[in-house]
Amino acid sequence: MSVTEYRVLAGPEGYLPPAAASMGVALPEEGEALVEGKIVPEKEAMRKIAEKLLTAKNPVFFPGPLLLWAWKEGVAEKAKAVKDLAEAAGAKIIPMPDYRPKYPMINPAIEINPNHPNLTIWHNKIDACVFIGVHCHYANVALKIIRGGTDCYTIALCGEMGHEDAMISLRDVDLPKIKKVTEMVKEMKKEGLK
Amino acid sequence: MIDQRVVTPEYLFFEAPREKRFMTGSEAVREAIKRANVDMAISYPITPQSESMHLVGDLYAEGYLREYFRGENEFAVMSAVAGASMGGVRVFTATGGPGTLRAFEAFPTWAGARLPIVCAFMTRGVNSPLSIQPDTIEMAFMLNTGIMMFHAETAQDLYDMILKAFVIAEKTDVHIPVGVFTDGFFVTHTRDTVEIAAEDIKLPPYNPYCAPVPVMDMENVPVRQMRDPFVMKSNFISYATHASWQQEIMAAAERARNYVVKYLGGLVEVENEDADILIVASGTAVSQSREAIGMARREGLDAGLIKIKCLRPFPGEEIRKLTRNATAVIVPEFNRVGWLCQEIKSVMEDTGKVIGGPRVFGGMTMPPDLILAEIRRCSR
Repeated sequence: MSVTEYRVLAGPEGYLPPAAASMGVALPEEGEALVEGKIVPEKEAMRKIAEKLLTAKNPVFFPGPLLLWAWKEGVAEKAKAVKDLAEAAGAKIIPMPDYRPKYPMINPAIEINPNHPNLTIWHNKIDACVFIGVHCHYANVALKIIRGGTDCYTIALCGEMGHEDAMISLRDVDLPKIKKVTEMVKEMKKEGLK
Repeated sequence: MIDQRVVTPEYLFFEAPREKRFMTGSEAVREAIKRANVDMAISYPITPQSESMHLVGDLYAEGYLREYFRGENEFAVMSAVAGASMGGVRVFTATGGPGTLRAFEAFPTWAGARLPIVCAFMTRGVNSPLSIQPDTIEMAFMLNTGIMMFHAETAQDLYDMILKAFVIAEKTDVHIPVGVFTDGFFVTHTRDTVEIAAEDIKLPPYNPYCAPVPVMDMENVPVRQMRDPFVMKSNFISYATHASWQQEIMAAAERARNYVVKYLGGLVEVENEDADILIVASGTAVSQSREAIGMARREGLDAGLIKIKCLRPFPGEEIRKLTRNATAVIVPEFNRVGWLCQEIKSVMEDTGKVIGGPRVFGGMTMPPDLILAEIRRCSR
């Protein structure tokens, strides 16, 4: 790909925004993270996440099936830690229990689906969201739709390699990393950030 | 069956001692699959692919594979392969020519479902009229299916690319199918020296729980869910989802570039890149070009070679940079449509210097003299 200045910013970006990976945005290596399309040290991205969560009017976590079901050892502990993080940040939680398109229509007040995530974001006036425990493919599908049609700031806490299509993305997110972000949120709150 | 131990891909590819063996391309497929820790293979015969999957069947009989069967036809095979992959196993198959076209609908379906299937395509003519002879025209059809495409020049390439294809295809951030293409008969039915690793080592098993989509394991949550289509509704949301989905498949191929560099040493290989005349080729057209360049050198003519190993993702940036200062770019091909020439022109700034040919097809061989004639003409 050509060298590009493409930035992954809050939208609405347009009718059909491109996949950031096709615009030259690369996934971070271990110990790194992505902030708005640029690779930064992981700690810097964590601070940015804490800041975004605390300064948003209506931050919401979207936990996916990889977090909602205790399908392997350690998931329940991780889920509890995510709940603690959401509570510390004063964020709501709207689950994404599966990926089937909801017909005849979704109830956007209580659920979100990767195929029409904008409906939930519009309905609840969500200005910052956190994807966690969502299979990577579905997260990327949803993150592009959100960037295209809403002004929501997207954060992806990924257990694998991260997401170019989120405005902030951590990779290899495990229990200690979730707890670290929670600590940062609590510290920033003490310092007066709201 | 020999007891095998699991080793890292890096050890198997780059560090393990290798033994030289004299074998056909079909036998090189067998040797690759023997070391690939494949769970399942499904076959349907078509010349010139039949021998390779027959040999894979022998591996099953020896105990190297957990399952193997012959499908009803190519469409059935490619559909069954999809089912196996959705169920979370490492799966392999092969076809060629009319078989490729008969199964065609399956390939974009594989990519769309993020299935890390590896399929070898032993290319041949596609029955216009009936031919079983070498021709790469089917690759023109495959370019926009969403699958990754490697093109093997030799039996050595075929062995290495098949093994590496599994590792690249199964990366979480990639996780799309890989087609390893090779020119039927020229590679499959000729013998060459191939360096292979010891047969008591194999790749690590596939871990479907690192997939970017849920594995359809009906016994385990959170994966007791189908990948439901959204095509049943006619509304903007459905269209936007499908568009975003397709973009994500292309993004997956983009992410694969780093892995192709790591495991294949790059999307292209270059010889004498500063030459005024460059030949850009893939598959066995590379071997013929190399011969022609040697002949040209003996005449005092200078030409360089760009061997394209990976066609999807396409090495656009590499081609653009490498050809920038060349005065002529010759693209020899084993098909009548010149799909590689079109690809190259699509990424170059000055397309006027691209010579689309020589081209042979229908089973014809490509004497190096044909390419040499173009080098001579461009040198005047």
